[in-house]
Amino acid sequence: MTVGLTHFLVVSTLLFSMGLYAIITRKNAVMVLMGIELVLNSANINFVAFSRFGNFGYSGHLVALFVIVLAAAEAAIALAIVLNIYKNMSTVNVDEIDNLRE
Amino acid sequence: MIMNYYDLIFYLFAAVTLLSALMVVTNRNIVHSAFYLLFTFFGVAGLYVLLAADFIAIVQLIVYVGGILILLLFGVMLTNKITNVEIKTGTINLVPAVIGVGLFAGALLAAVVNAPWKINNTEQAFPTTKILGTLLIQEYLLIFELLGIVLLIALIGAASIARK
Repeated sequence: MTVGLTHFLVVSTLLFSMGLYAIITRKNAVMVLMGIELVLNSANINFVAFSRFGNFGYSGHLVALFVIVLAAAEAAIALAIVLNIYKNMSTVNVDEIDNLRE
Repeated sequence: MIMNYYDLIFYLFAAVTLLSALMVVTNRNIVHSAFYLLFTFFGVAGLYVLLAADFIAIVQLIVYVGGILILLLFGVMLTNKITNVEIKTGTINLVPAVIGVGLFAGALLAAVVNAPWKINNTEQAFPTTKILGTLLIQEYLLIFELLGIVLLIALIGAASIARK
């Protein structure tokens, strides 16, 4: 069986599931961010794969490009927030951060 | 029958991606997780190359490996007491997560494998840079400009939040 669309979709599905697992189970906020990056990467694989095997021109590539840009912005903002949380509460474990003010 | 090189390289990159992603989500040391994330991003970039998306692959390497991963490593280092060796991370909701994500992945895999995809396997032009550049300043000009503004505002916002 030669490698086709389904193979790429299976890889991205597994990557998505592992990212979801990291988001759910990890306590550290930075690890949750890594899970989000895995999920975004799997979505990007899907976009590019459908762009390659479907008949959509290059729209999939461009959406993947936009997702990468938004992921960069999201990582910068999220890490700034995580640093502030650490400064205020001296922990970044998401299960211990349960009050809105110090 | 000998597998052709394309399939062989696909399985290689898929294995690199999935195994290192597995190490990312199971490793207890955050710094190790961040370094395994490097291999995941490299593997995904290889998959992009196999999908004839050379520009996306290079952007993946530059932005993810050169930018986001470094940011995440800084996040790890600035929010942990390095001297006390407290870079371990705990886990919560382990059993429900395994069950839920397992069911979800099974359902999604079944859907993906059994779906009757209409495959239109035309060869695409390989250097995609020129085509993508033309599309960016013609059809997608508004989104392109908006993304520039979003990125600018996000970076200013991140700097001002982090400096407070």
